[in-house]
Amino acid sequence: MPPERRSEAYLDHAATSPVRPEALEAVRQAMSADFGNPSSLHRKGVAAERIVARAREVLAGAIHADPKEIVFTSGGTESNNLAIKGVLRGLPRRGKHVVTTAIEHPSVLAVAAELESEGYRVTRLAPGPQGVVRAADIRRHLAPDTVLVSIMLVNNEVGSIQPVEEVARTLTEARPSGPRPFLHVDAVQALGRIPLDGLCRHADLASFSGHKLGGPKGVGALFVRSGVVLRPLLAGGGQESGRRSGTENVPGIAGMGLAVDLALAELPATLRTMGELRGHLIKEVLSSIADARLNGPPWTIDPGLPGEADRPSAAPHIVNFSFPGAPGEVLLHCLEAEGVYVATGAACSSHKRGPSHVLEAMGVEPGMADSSIRVSLGWTTTAGEIDHFLSALVGAVADLRKFTRR
Amino acid sequence: MSKSVLLIKFGEIGLKGGNRRFFERLLIDRLKGALADLPGGVPWIQRVSGRFLLDLSSIPAGEAVGRLSRVFGVVGLSPALQVEADLDSLAAASRQVLGEALNDFPADHAVRFRVAARRADKRFPVNSMELNQVLGADLLRSEPRLRVDLHRPEITVEVEVREEGAYAYARSYRGPGGLPVGSSGKAILLLSGGIDSPAAGWMGLKRGLELEAVHFQSFPFTSERAQEKAVDLARALSPWAGGSLTLHLLPFTETQRAIRNACPEELGVTLMRRMMFRMAQALAGRVNAHALVTGENLGQVASQTLASLSVIGRATDLLVLRPLVGLDKTEIIDLARKIGTFDISARPYPDCCSLFLPRHPATRPTLAGVERAESRLNYSDLVEGALAGRETLQLTSAAPPS
Repeated sequence: MPPERRSEAYLDHAATSPVRPEALEAVRQAMSADFGNPSSLHRKGVAAERIVARAREVLAGAIHADPKEIVFTSGGTESNNLAIKGVLRGLPRRGKHVVTTAIEHPSVLAVAAELESEGYRVTRLAPGPQGVVRAADIRRHLAPDTVLVSIMLVNNEVGSIQPVEEVARTLTEARPSGPRPFLHVDAVQALGRIPLDGLCRHADLASFSGHKLGGPKGVGALFVRSGVVLRPLLAGGGQESGRRSGTENVPGIAGMGLAVDLALAELPATLRTMGELRGHLIKEVLSSIADARLNGPPWTIDPGLPGEADRPSAAPHIVNFSFPGAPGEVLLHCLEAEGVYVATGAACSSHKRGPSHVLEAMGVEPGMADSSIRVSLGWTTTAGEIDHFLSALVGAVADLRKFTRR
Repeated sequence: MSKSVLLIKFGEIGLKGGNRRFFERLLIDRLKGALADLPGGVPWIQRVSGRFLLDLSSIPAGEAVGRLSRVFGVVGLSPALQVEADLDSLAAASRQVLGEALNDFPADHAVRFRVAARRADKRFPVNSMELNQVLGADLLRSEPRLRVDLHRPEITVEVEVREEGAYAYARSYRGPGGLPVGSSGKAILLLSGGIDSPAAGWMGLKRGLELEAVHFQSFPFTSERAQEKAVDLARALSPWAGGSLTLHLLPFTETQRAIRNACPEELGVTLMRRMMFRMAQALAGRVNAHALVTGENLGQVASQTLASLSVIGRATDLLVLRPLVGLDKTEIIDLARKIGTFDISARPYPDCCSLFLPRHPATRPTLAGVERAESRLNYSDLVEGALAGRETLQLTSAAPPS
């Protein structure tokens, strides 16, 4: 049993964030006073419908989309499944080739594997050493029957930002006439962390999740550009304009809407302060621990900087290090004993054996990948927590290396 | 008047001569223990001519069979009807038990059957042979889908006429055999999170051992989930252990650090195992146990060569039982699946951290070399520290999962 600690540092926000009190209150309200079914004709239904409509406006506002283009789902995994399967099954005759990357979330990679078993060809692009895919590579792999490109905006393990805007331009240039391939963007780790103003101009579909930024688990959203035909995954009552049947998760949607609203309001401050914390963290770790290595881009996104789009940069909330000689999982538990919570690779995949597929694709050698941890910041993170982490880390790595380097 | 009962047959303990009473009383206790948490309390259990009789009026037969098929010492379970010893009652009871057994077959399927009667009470006027004929003929008349087949029956209707009563039954279930838990004394089981040690514990329980389990924790070198695994494994074993199993959690991190700091890397696993044996022995002294049970095998890994097992075993004066030594890995896995521990062991959280596995473990350690390395350890303090820091859990399968 880990000893009880008074001060804790929760640095695993890319796995999940604590629910914001305002979002919790919105959930409570939607579970008690406003318990109605949005499909009901009476005023209880109307009240619930209004809550959903308000959250839909918030989500649409986040990417400057029309509220009609937002579909609520059960989370990022469903959004990714619905986007990819929905668009392909809506147009069965239009092509059999799909392009994605080797560093996607399992809910995209597993769908890609399913598609292959159904007869699609799937190209998985490898990223460069900093975890960024090149748009030019995508162009090179486009085929006449390429029907969909699926690419994440912010990688969940190393924080690298993918050049989605450039990819969109590339797709348009490659098909000056006739329909261009659909572009799906997994923006689960990007929402509330980097500006998404232009996303609805570039993407045809974009996935979001509620619990990564202070909303409840079990709710997500999908942007579907108007005019894109989607074959639903679930047959039923035709909610969400027929795209996602099932009584709306009104409490979850209410909580997500509120959390997104708050995260957007904080975004300028987030970019500044979280970006500074990330920079500080990288500088301190690399200078105080011998052989420490950063996995992913050292630069944190800075929208005010000229030339920002031309260099690889990372979201302000994710940073990934390797400490050779300190196995990642053991290091995680040593930090846990000091009240510090981080991740090895992604939370979803860290129970599996073997190194992270993202680090592997980036060309990180096995000895380095095994000793990696991911630190991710969020709305509760303070400078004091980062200091707590740093002092615990220095001690734990030194302690473990005594065992492994003799 | 007929009554639903469960005939509980036992095996080896019938052969135990003067100790027979002791074994039978112990088995009754174990049977009652397996039924103790029933809402209606323990139904009465009666000892009659070489078997036990359980009243099924307050408990479904399936529930009783499910629970008692995990009580060592039981070789067979037959839900039966107990009736007056007269031909009409026996015929009616035979029809009823046969009818229930026929439900196991498709309705249009011709079923081969026979009657096997035993007249133990010679005051009954009809002998076994005549009973077979009379009852068989009656059943054939009542069920047109039956065919008599004395050699390859699909259903055997068994009828017994005894001094205390008469019985009919057509379905029997095998018990696990072995000896009642506790009849062979008490031992400590070294329980890791792996596949082997729970299977070894089950083999010990089967031969009548009462067990208390010990698990060594290495947080933060292992996950808290590794400990949950050990707890869940102990809980899964508890129905076989008489309904409840004691698990001791001993802190082991300090010992691992001490070994790692003071001793040659290639002896790390050997020394770790020896420390575990010493701690288990100290625990045995406190809970009045007289042997250790381990999941060790021969030749599976470097620490399980004959030389390693021998050097490790000499860390304790206690008898060390290694019941898996005669099994292949696939046989151990089959056993673990059968007793319900495999899926828990297969969870991916390691209990012995790879951090402490040397690159080149010694496969032929010598006692002299090991003792020389250990002279740098203050091991009696480490043993005392671990014992003092232990946490003891009483686990039953009925408890809600943590």
